[in-house]
Amino acid sequence: MDLKEWFANRKKKPPVEEVKLPLATDEYCALWKQCFQCRELLYTSVLIQNQHVCPKCQYHFRIGAWERIQQLADTGTFKEFDAGLVSSDPLNFQDTDTYVNRQKEASRKSGLKEAVITGECEIEGERSCVGAMDFGHFGGSMGSVVGEKIVRLTEFALEHRLPLILVSSSGGARMQEGIFSLMQLAKTSSALKDLSDAGLMYISILSEPTYGGVTASFAMLGDIIIAEPGARIGFAGRRVIEQTIRQKLPADFQTAEYLLKHGQVDMVVARTDLKMKLAYLIKFHAGPGVADLNSEAPTNPVGERESDRKPVTR
Amino acid sequence: MTDKKPVPLEFEQPLQMLAQQIEALENQLQDQPELADDIDRLQEQYEKLRRSLYSNLDPRDHLQIARHPQRPYSRDYFERWDENWVELHGDRKGMDDPAMVTGLVDLGPYRVVVVGTQKGRSLRDKQQCNFGMPQPEGYRKALRLFKHAEKFGLPIITIIDTPGAYPGMAAEEHNQAEAIAVNLFELAGLKVPVVAIVTGEGGSGGALAVGVANKVLMLEHSVYSVISPEGCASILWRANDKVAEACRAMKMTAKEIKELGVIDEVIPEPLGGAHHDYDVSAANTKKAIIKQLDNLTKMSGADVRADIQKKFRQIGAFVED
Repeated sequence: MDLKEWFANRKKKPPVEEVKLPLATDEYCALWKQCFQCRELLYTSVLIQNQHVCPKCQYHFRIGAWERIQQLADTGTFKEFDAGLVSSDPLNFQDTDTYVNRQKEASRKSGLKEAVITGECEIEGERSCVGAMDFGHFGGSMGSVVGEKIVRLTEFALEHRLPLILVSSSGGARMQEGIFSLMQLAKTSSALKDLSDAGLMYISILSEPTYGGVTASFAMLGDIIIAEPGARIGFAGRRVIEQTIRQKLPADFQTAEYLLKHGQVDMVVARTDLKMKLAYLIKFHAGPGVADLNSEAPTNPVGERESDRKPVTR
Repeated sequence: MTDKKPVPLEFEQPLQMLAQQIEALENQLQDQPELADDIDRLQEQYEKLRRSLYSNLDPRDHLQIARHPQRPYSRDYFERWDENWVELHGDRKGMDDPAMVTGLVDLGPYRVVVVGTQKGRSLRDKQQCNFGMPQPEGYRKALRLFKHAEKFGLPIITIIDTPGAYPGMAAEEHNQAEAIAVNLFELAGLKVPVVAIVTGEGGSGGALAVGVANKVLMLEHSVYSVISPEGCASILWRANDKVAEACRAMKMTAKEIKELGVIDEVIPEPLGGAHHDYDVSAANTKKAIIKQLDNLTKMSGADVRADIQKKFRQIGAFVED
């Protein structure tokens, strides 16, 4: 084919009609991606290998719920719970479009049914309950289904005495379910109270972005709270605050590092270290510390694990 | 406050005009006694209009009544429930938020701990109270009182009338979200009964932070929503003039929320709204509280906790494949 022919063929090409197909997140990524922070062009497969963290400037790209689970769970150990739950549109909500249509559109874009995926898996061999939110589905908003899935996961953790890990990424409560969405704040917090009283561990991981009703409920109730570098986390959005107080906010306001400085999170952990850190924390808290706080004398010394008490051979 | 005439709202204008006509005629009554018949007729018309107006309110009208500047606030209720009520101050950690009023009230049959949001009456007051938007310190003050109530086995009554939690820079730095979350968490685990009343605006998480209760009641014209209708209109419609539509779509009035099964009781208000008669409003709410406490106080501590958890566990609308 000579050059002329090539140009002629190119012109002849019929206009591509846009076909709306479900876009899974993998397909969505082109071959190359540009880092939002350092503008470096990154080869997508390298980026995926590095868990969607820019190898040059450590910028953390937003990731979906399935990618998150893939990164945290040991290969092949994840079992999903309650995959069939969908909202029943209790208010018959309609703004410029109906809620039902908006849900369909959200599912088409994200390939998910709801904004959270929950299930059971192993993390470095430690059996755990994991829930991951997906900002790509309906802004990660919490409605009845997200609330119910998280509560069921919490109840499962309580029943089987497993540690609970929730990865948040959400714009807040879902307006289209009105008062039902608001009540999910109370519902999830109340379930976590039971878990906490049973002496079980809950680690909350805050990723870009975590706001509103999600921050004001389960996201901030972790025994340990971990934030991802650069993630924006807060209750009210930046614009709302600026409009209220009528002044400019510092550039790093509501970032993970800012929250760390203000005592709101325990640590900021890079995504590439997250799994190891989680496994360490789970192992650290596993087994009785001071076995029974109510008995008069501790049955085993402070901090000693059952697994450590092996017969000493000299 | 009650001696002042209620300020009419937008939708009350026709009523207001009629009232002015009657007043004008009454002024002339001494010179022209034959006007008495006209006045009677107008009075009758006025009453008819009043009744029909208030029985056909749009959700937007309820919102306006709920936000009426003369609407009774927490302090007005506490004073009328118990004139010797004692206010308690401070979160013990460095601040006393005037937007959250806490104290001890003797209701007669029951001694209770009260916690309520406060909007402020004068301009200065309003500014101090951030127009009823509590700071994290306000929620921590409320939490302190919840723990106090549990220690002494006293029931808790909360009053909700807030546009939401304060969205400020300091509020974020002091972890507004955590303050709310911890309140939800701790309220769900209390062993003393909690009754919450939405008396005006129930604005989002800032309202729920004192609203996790065994029984949630709402005054007839109060509203309760996940986001302010203004916020909803600007996000979903991208237009500030769609507030009425947002009010309708969110189903935020007391009657609608009762039908959705999220709250337990709607407390009637004097005709035209609670601001028309503070004493009657206070008496109505007090009666409703005592009725609820009569049942709740019969439960054991463990049952109270189980009850509150069960109540919120059930809320949600979904289908399972």
